[in-house]
Order: sequence, then structure tokens, then C-alpha cells
Amino acid sequence: MPRRTRVPMREQNPEDRIKNFDEVALGYSEDEALLEADRCLNCPKPRCIEGCPVGIDIPAFISLIKERKYREAYRKIKERDSLPAITGRVCPQENQCEKTCVLARTGEPVAIGRLERFVADYCVEDIQEIKKDPPNGKRIAVVGSGPAGLTVSADLAKLGYSVTLFEALHLPGGVLTYGIPDFRLPKDIIKREFDYVRALGVEFIPNVVVGKTILLDELLKDYGAVFIGSGAGAPVFLNVPGENLLGIYSANEFLSRINLMRAHRFPEYDTPLRIGKKVLVVGGGNVAMDSARVSRRLGADVTILYRRSREELPARLEEIKRAEEEGINFVFLATPLAFSGNNGWVDTVECQEMELGEPDESGRRSPIPKKGSTFTLKVDTVIIAIGNRPNPIIAKTTQGLEIGRHGEIIVDPITGKTSKVGVFAGGDIVSGSATVIEAMGAGRRSAMAMHKYLTTKVW
Amino acid sequence: MYKIVDKKRLSDNVVQMVIEAPLIAKSIKPGQFIIIMVYEKGERIPLTVVTSDKEKGLITIVFQEVGKTTKLLGKKEIGEELYAVMGPNGNPFPIKYYGNIVLVAGGVGVAEVVPIAKALKEVGNYITTIVGARTKDLLFFTDVLGSISNKLYITTDDGTYGIKGLVTLPLKELLDNTHIDMVLAVGPTIMMRAVSDLTRGYNVKTYVSLNPIMIDGTGMCGGCRVTVDGKTKFVCVDGPEFDGHLVNFDELMMRQKTYIEQERLALKLLEEKNA
Ligand SMILES: Cc1cc2nc3c(=O)[nH]c(=O)nc-3n(C[C@H](O)[C@H](O)[C@H](O)COP(=O)(O)OP(=O)(O)OC[C@H]3O[C@@H](n4cnc5c(N)ncnc54)[C@H](O)[C@@H]3O)c2cc1C
Ligand SMILES: Cc1cc2nc3c(=O)[nH]c(=O)nc-3n(C[C@H](O)[C@H](O)[C@H](O)COP(=O)(O)OP(=O)(O)OC[C@H]3O[C@@H](n4cnc5c(N)ncnc54)[C@H](O)[C@@H]3O)c2cc1C
Ligand code: SF4
Ligand code: SF4
Ligand code: FES
Repeated sequence: MPRRTRVPMREQNPEDRIKNFDEVALGYSEDEALLEADRCLNCPKPRCIEGCPVGIDIPAFISLIKERKYREAYRKIKERDSLPAITGRVCPQENQCEKTCVLARTGEPVAIGRLERFVADYCVEDIQEIKKDPPNGKRIAVVGSGPAGLTVSADLAKLGYSVTLFEALHLPGGVLTYGIPDFRLPKDIIKREFDYVRALGVEFIPNVVVGKTILLDELLKDYGAVFIGSGAGAPVFLNVPGENLLGIYSANEFLSRINLMRAHRFPEYDTPLRIGKKVLVVGGGNVAMDSARVSRRLGADVTILYRRSREELPARLEEIKRAEEEGINFVFLATPLAFSGNNGWVDTVECQEMELGEPDESGRRSPIPKKGSTFTLKVDTVIIAIGNRPNPIIAKTTQGLEIGRHGEIIVDPITGKTSKVGVFAGGDIVSGSATVIEAMGAGRRSAMAMHKYLTTKVW
Repeated sequence: MYKIVDKKRLSDNVVQMVIEAPLIAKSIKPGQFIIIMVYEKGERIPLTVVTSDKEKGLITIVFQEVGKTTKLLGKKEIGEELYAVMGPNGNPFPIKYYGNIVLVAGGVGVAEVVPIAKALKEVGNYITTIVGARTKDLLFFTDVLGSISNKLYITTDDGTYGIKGLVTLPLKELLDNTHIDMVLAVGPTIMMRAVSDLTRGYNVKTYVSLNPIMIDGTGMCGGCRVTVDGKTKFVCVDGPEFDGHLVNFDELMMRQKTYIEQERLALKLLEEKNA
């Protein structure tokens, strides 16, 4: 019997979706989910679990889908993953659970992410039946409401802690809110997950910059322990001439104007954005894809400039495919050398051609400039999406916190303990830009370690 | 949260407001600023905290109604609340004994400079203040600055009050005739540039308080970037005060105009709605 390929997920047509910000992938129906779940072999030694950074019992939840026990499947996932509606949508599955699924060796792996999403969406109302331990009288402060901070907050609230969650911005969610666009992760999904965290009794205080509004050391006086999940939110620029011309944005600025401030709905919303007809996005990760696809939806002709080749693109495969379907052009093996402009606005990018040399420490072949080969592109908007560094505010204003070479907080990898007693950290502030599920995994491990610390009083 | 407890008009388009923000009142230092959102769909804009009351948990802002957001803010009444008030952001001004200091203030800079002036005075500096305005009716806070300063000069462009001319007029005289240890200029970018251009020739250390367009105010977006000494700096986390002799003012002034068309449209729609 020929092995079936995975059940495709319905999507909005490229021609339609580039005119709106609605979700591109429409999810499985119940029948489609059942059909796909049936492909799982329920392996005695399930390799898929090894690929999941939080170790979800994947065959167990898929078996529950087969039995149509969706609630139980949801609970099974939730044992490990506090935000399944989100990870089911944004995990780079092809590098994680689906990469190690045994079926991947001979054909297409089980669509684990899609099944996870199906279960999470199906059980939308499930958050009513919240079980939590009685209050234990201990207080915890969490800094930053991205996936790491939300996970720690939820886990500790369930254990009876009184949790206060501080966020610098006016809305919760971290990158989920200000970075990832609606068409990949609709805002109501984030709201639903956040409502769940609130329903657990977590107190959310927005507009507080820890390290400025309140010092970390002040928090330590009022709270038994503190978790720092402040993310990697500081944009990296190219540092080439002309980079401060008008029309050149960091991806963070561009995406925040849209996702956080809703500039695409100006003048209903007050925050403006100026985008031209020819947009160049520099970079090749998820952030670059998101910037390009947002630009496309704002009516621009978009080109992505990446310094390596297609094989090295770090973005999720699915999003690269969708970007291509949406008519986004790619120019590989090139990087900007300088920007020049007219009347202050960028209009020309001088680019350096690159070729691939030996693999670097990341295992990818490193790009090296090709002597004498340059070319120019005409553009009117440039979005720089070449990476982010840890936000330095807390490091700068806190004594005794050990910080690494790139501004990351140094922690014990198992517990998230920092060099400062009572202070834990996890997510992008520790790892540098990584993934949602890794941030949640770090949050979960820290929550356990914080519980142990506050129960035993032993650091 | 963020309730307006007092409001006063200082001139035709300058408003002073006192807002409940206990955490900020407790932690703010001279030179730092806040980000506010008037309502849910509003912009995030930076404003300087002019005075704060730790005990009562209050902060005072002074703002000039220039566009939609500041106009909406000006319409808010006592008892109403703001959607978001966040801060303090930026670095405190380096308060220490410099000696003979000249403060140059124009526009709302007159209010913005107050907390720094007070702190500099407290540590024993001799303070000469030059306040500039286009015309007499736009002057405000001269009494406040007068009481802090050892000496106060006022200039108006049209000569309706004080010295006729720009702030650089008395400043040049001071530079020619006295020894000055430091100059701080706060106000319109064009004024800060003129001051920096003038003091450069005298080699007098000059600080300016930069006012680029901001969003988050935490170093996340890079929208507030300026070039200082050939390097890119983020005003919200590296500033807002910088050495005026090293700032690329042309670039700053250019970047401030990024959204001029949209700003005009927003203002026009607001006025039509109010009409
Ligand atoms: C555009 C974009 C697309 C991405 N796409 C994907 C994807 O498809 N799949 C995937 O797995 N990953 C993706 N990522 C990466 C992923 O979003 C991050 O790895 C993850 O969000 C990190 O979570 P975190 O909780 O550590 O930090 P963040 O999500 O960065 O949240 C940190 C929060 O802390 C707040 N904060 C910072 N400093 C302070 C302070 N001093 N006081 C109070 N609050 C503070 C910030 O405002 C922010 O809300 C993407 C990232 C970006 C930028
Ligand atoms: C650190 C700092 C402190 C400031 N302190 C004060 C103060 O105490 N009192 C005061 O009256 N003003 C202050 N400003 C300026 C104030 O933020 C702007 O006047 C205000 O944002 C204008 O918004 P608007 O919608 O009313 O006007 P708009 O019509 O939108 O803009 C008018 C002009 O203001 C500037 N501007 C617009 N949007 C922003 C933004 N999001 N951030 C910054 N500038 C913007 C632009 O140059 C623009 O051309 C400060 C600015 C900075 C950077
Ligand atoms: S959380 Fe991510 S990696 Fe883990 S099973 Fe779900 S989709 Fe796969
Ligand atoms: S490895 Fe693949 S087939 Fe085996 S249990 Fe996991 S998902 Fe199912
Ligand atoms: S305002 Fe965003 S980095 Fe300064």
C-alpha cells in the first residue's frame, strides 16, 4: 500500500491574501485532523518527542485525536506546552518534532504542528475549567510578557503563587504581539492565551520598565523570586553609510508600527507609516519574511536580499514557500554596502555580491565578498531584518547579574538561575533570538526551579 | 490609573497637566522622559516630566499642542484618565558641579529644562538662563526659571519683550565676556543647532536634549536613531542628552519630518471632526 502523503491544510489564495491581514492558513477540519492523525504509527520509540524542545507526548495526544477525545488531547499537550494554539502555528516544526518523526525518513512526516493547532482551536472554551492549588502566600515577579514570561506566570499561578507580571509596553505578548503579524498569528489567539493567564489570577501591570520604573533589586525586596523574560528586542543595523536615510526601518520598527500600533489602519489609528512602491528587505529569517509579507499586503513590490543562498534561509520553510507564492522576489548572495538618497529619502542601494566559503561555527557556509562584483538596486523603502540583541536595560541597572559577551544573561541551563540569588532568567534574553517554544521551555524549567527554591529555601 | 488631577493653560497652545503615576513619580530623575498614549488607538509620544511629587504619586508635564496627539491630550479634562503612561525613559542628566553654566531654552524646552536646572543649582552651580520665544505671548515659566537662575535673559524675535533677537545674541555676549564651563540647550532642534554652532568656536562643552520621533522608548525599534560623532545612537536609551558639537543635526531635522504628510492629514481630520 502506498503511504499516504500528509493532509494539506487549506489556505487563503495568494491573490486574495495579499489584500488582507487575515490568517493565511485556515486549519484542519475535524475530518482532516482525523485523517492526518491516522498516519501516525504510534511508534513504541517515538522519535518525534526528542525533536520537541518541551517533550510533548506526541503519539499520546495523536492517539487521543484518533479516539475523538479532543479535550483529553488538549490536556495532554498542555502538560508540556502552555500555549499550543501559538506553537501549533509558529513552531519551526520541520527542524523540530517533524524532523525527527520516523515517517520523515521515507516520506512526509506526520503534520504534528497542524494537529496541535487543531486540538488547541477545537478546545477554545476549555479554559473555563481551571484547576489551581490554593494560594500559598508567596509572591513572584515576572518581567516581560513574551512566551517565556507568560509560561512562568501561568505555571506558578497554578501552583498557588501570587504572580505579578510586569511589561514595558502597553500590551502583553512580547514578540507575539509586536513582531509576528496577524496573518500568521491572529491577535485573538494571543488574547485568548493571555486571558487564560489572567484567569489563573496573575496580576498584569503594563507600562513598567524594570530597571527604570522599578529596579530589579527593589522587586527582590517585595517578591520571593524574580524571573526575567525580557527578550532580545534591540535591533541590529548594518552600520553602512546612509542607513539613517528616511524610508529605512529596522524590522522591529516596521513591524511594531503595524502589529502593535496598527499603522496599516491609519488614520483610524494615529500611528503613521510611510511605505513606498519598491521595498527591499535585508535578511532571511522569520523576521525578514514577516516584514516582506506585510509590505506586500501594503501594496508594494518586494525583494528580499539575503547574503547566503536559498538553502541557508533560516526562516520556517512554510513561510518561505508562502512568501514566494505571494510574489516576493529573492536576491541571494548579496548584501548592502551603502544607501543613497534623494531629498533625504533612500532611493538606491549599492550591493556587494557574495559567494559561499567554508562552513562557520553555525554549520552554515559563510558568505564572503566576491571581489569587484557590485550592483545597485532602485528602492524607496528598506527594512533591515538582520537580527536582534538582548535588551540591555536590566543588565545596565542591576548589580551582580552576570552578563555575557552579547549582552545575554548568563544562567544555569537547567534551572535558569542567574548569578544573583532569587533571580531567574530565560527565553531570548538568555539564548539570543530563538523560538517561541524554546522560550516557553525555558520558562517552564525556571518555574519548576523557582518552586523548588521557594519551597526549600536552598539556592 | 493615570488620572489627570490638575490642568492649566500656560499660553495659547501650551498646557500643564498633573497626572497620577506613582511608580514614575518615585523613580524619575532630571532629564528623563515618559511615553504616553492618550487613548487606545493613539500614538506613543515622549514628554518630559517637569516636576514630580513622590509622596502624592504625581508627575507634571508641560506640552505644546502641535499635532493630533498633543491636541487630543490638551482636550483631556481633570478627572479623565490617559490610556498609558510609561517611564522613566532615557538617562538622567549628569548632575554635578560644573561652575558657570548657561542654560538656553526655547519653546516647551523652557519647561523641560526646569528639573535639570533645579538639580544643577542644588549642587552649587552658577546658573545663567536665556529664554527665547517668538513673541511675548508665547512666554511662560519665566518666573519659575527666574527663581532658579542666578541670572535670567529673555529674548523675543520681534522685540515685544526683553532683548530683541535670538537666544544666540545674549549667549554670544556671555561667551565673549565671561568664562563659561558648560552650556545646555533645550528646545527646538534649530535652536539647539544654532547654540552648538556658536559654542563650538569657543570650545565650551555643550549639551543638547534631542527630540526625534519615538515609538517604544525602550531601545526596541531604532526609530529614534541619530548620528553622534559618526556613530548611530538611540536617543531613548543612549540619550536624550548628547554633546551638541558631535550631533548630526541635519539628519535629525530631516528624520523629524518623516511623517509630515500623515501628521497634516491627521490634524485636518481631527479639526473637521471637532468643527
Ligand atoms: C518578527 C518575528 C517573527 C518570529 N517568528 C517566529 C516563528 O515563526 N516561530 C518561532 O518559534 N519564533 C519566532 N520568532 C522568535 C520568537 O518570537 C522569540 O524567540 C520569542 O518571542 C522569545 O520569547 P521571550 O519571552 O524570551 O521574549 P519576547 O517575546 O521578546 O518578550 C519579551 C517581553 O519583555 C518586555 N520587556 C523587555 N524589557 C523589559 C523590561 N526591562 N521591563 C519590562 N518588560 C520588558 C518586552 O517589551 C517584551 O514584551 C520571531 C521573532 C520575530 C521578531
Ligand atoms: C525625549 C523627548 C522629550 C519631549 N518632551 C516634550 C515636552 O516635555 N513637551 C512637549 O510639548 N513636547 C515634548 N517632546 C516633543 C513631543 O513628543 C512632540 O511634540 C509630539 O510627539 C508631537 O505629537 P503630535 O501628534 O501632537 O504632533 P504631530 O503632528 O504628530 O508631530 C509634530 C512633530 O512632532 C514630532 N513627533 C511626531 N510624532 C512623534 C513621536 N511619536 N515622538 C516624538 N516626536 C514626534 C515630529 O517631529 C513632528 O513633525 C519631546 C520629545 C522627545 C523626543
Ligand atoms: S511544541 Fe512545537 S516542536 Fe513541540 S510538538 Fe508542538 S509543534 Fe512540535
Ligand atoms: S515519530 Fe512520527 S509516526 Fe512515530 S509516533 Fe511520532 S509522530 Fe507518530
Ligand atoms: S524609541 Fe524605539 S528605540 Fe528609541
